[in-house]
Amino acid sequence: MHAKTIAELSAGLRAREFSSEELTRAFLDRIAAHDGRLNSFITVTAEQALDAARAADARLQAGDAGPLTGVPIAHKDIFCTRGVRTSCGSKMLDNFAAPYESHVTEQLGAAGMVMLGKTNMDEFAMGSSNETSFYGPVKNPWDTEVVPGGSSGGSAAAVAARLAPAATGTDTGGSIRQPAALCGLTGLKPTYGRVSRYGMIAFASSLDQAGPMTRSAEDAALLLGAMAGFDPRDSTCVDREVPDYTAGLNDSIAGLKIGLPKEYFGEGLDPAIGKVVDAAIDEYRKLGAEVVEISLPNTGLSVPTYYVVAPAECSSNLSRFDGVRFGYRCENPRDLEDLYKRSRGEGFGAEVKRRIMIGAYALSAGYYDAYYLKAQQLRRLISDDFKKAFEQVDVIMGPTTPTAAFKIGEKFNDPVTMYLSDIYTIAVNLAGLPGMSIPAGFANGLPVGLQIIGNYFDEARLLNAAHQYQQATDWHCQVPAGFE
Amino acid sequence: MSLAPSEVEKIAHLARLAINEEDAAAYADNLSNILALVEEMSAVDTADVVPMAHPLDMAQRLRPDVVAETDQREAFQAVAPQTDAGLYLVPKVLE
Repeated sequence: MHAKTIAELSAGLRAREFSSEELTRAFLDRIAAHDGRLNSFITVTAEQALDAARAADARLQAGDAGPLTGVPIAHKDIFCTRGVRTSCGSKMLDNFAAPYESHVTEQLGAAGMVMLGKTNMDEFAMGSSNETSFYGPVKNPWDTEVVPGGSSGGSAAAVAARLAPAATGTDTGGSIRQPAALCGLTGLKPTYGRVSRYGMIAFASSLDQAGPMTRSAEDAALLLGAMAGFDPRDSTCVDREVPDYTAGLNDSIAGLKIGLPKEYFGEGLDPAIGKVVDAAIDEYRKLGAEVVEISLPNTGLSVPTYYVVAPAECSSNLSRFDGVRFGYRCENPRDLEDLYKRSRGEGFGAEVKRRIMIGAYALSAGYYDAYYLKAQQLRRLISDDFKKAFEQVDVIMGPTTPTAAFKIGEKFNDPVTMYLSDIYTIAVNLAGLPGMSIPAGFANGLPVGLQIIGNYFDEARLLNAAHQYQQATDWHCQVPAGFE
Repeated sequence: MSLAPSEVEKIAHLARLAINEEDAAAYADNLSNILALVEEMSAVDTADVVPMAHPLDMAQRLRPDVVAETDQREAFQAVAPQTDAGLYLVPKVLE
């Protein structure tokens, strides 16, 4: 059962080939058997999952089931889940059982999906390798000595290892697409505002967006349909109809205009990755797409811009962790200031503290114009690059990452080198556009992702382009050895 | 832009973060490297560029002025480190 996609599981549940309870037990057994090697889950909610599975079976029996009813899923531990520990990968929230439910998990729960547990992640979603988690690094199922990517690395490893049919992720600078690329999955970051951020622990509020991590574009379409939609509890959530993302999957992509930004194929790109991406583009040519070279001239500025905008927003968002209302509190505080400082100093890890300090510095008196205002101006230029490009092309394609997954520990003590590994994904968040990563092949035995970037609210076109590629190729069907 | 350990202590104070003295030099090093990366921004002239605060040009929505939230004090305080009689407890602020 674990080899099946959501679409196949949904059909099997409806045909009574297996019950949701049997299916849920099968995945819980796989987690128990295999996750010791991966560390992809922080919390497994077995009892709750079996209760939800039995409720789903009752709905299936009563003919009151949707396409996702009874299908298990894992949630990134950034989504608040009522009564269940929601740690955000941090010591700060190790003792935090959320008193309310996030919009995304509520929607998927209402659709009848069964939560298996909460997945490991970089602390407060700050990282590209899953090494900053308080709960230890996650291992990549393709090679347990390399990272799965981050920050949604636990979600990626769990789905790649077939410990869950799908998972949720969040993407602030590439945190869905980069781990999807490094673990051989399909990951979609929707347009900013497409999915409610309510109950999703905030990192950088103008960049954060939740999305699905799955084994196929069809599955991503099914999940996005249930996750997206208006929610008045998020003031930036867009009130706009949610299309049926599965409706156009089988449309021909003949005549699709694909732009290849020359800046994504230059210095810094591992030639082995370039070769795989070139082959994927050739496949699109065979499917009838028209490929043109474009330019996104401010690409090189996206990393510096991001490392002002994101830390500034993070320093503000994370000020809520004060040792007073929830989360970690230090022992025997001398006075209120000592309580704040030591609770935060002891509760946060090094990378989170670095980003808070960069943000506090960039926003401090005398530096605001040079850093924050400047970054907002560059953000406009980066966004305008895409606007111009989308006057010429329907979608933009390129590598998701400059290299395949790197060794655990390799970049951990060098934050700037780590930051540069997000060079191709970050600009998409600054502009607020939707982006996907799909498996396109392998470099030295490790998965390589093809990134597809679309215009605002053009998720259906991305999914169509991804699905057509997946009908013609089988890279997305490859399974890491030992997890068949 | 290179930060001295004393500047790191000042920033840490602004952010209300306790930093171990022995870690200050390493933070100064890391933060200086990050700021050097960020300095690349200054290569571009942005004199006439309108700052972009947000990816979507949108206005804040208004909602009718009706009660939307119910009292959930007990649920919210159940996760607090220390409360008493519905109040959050902190070290003495006034002598």
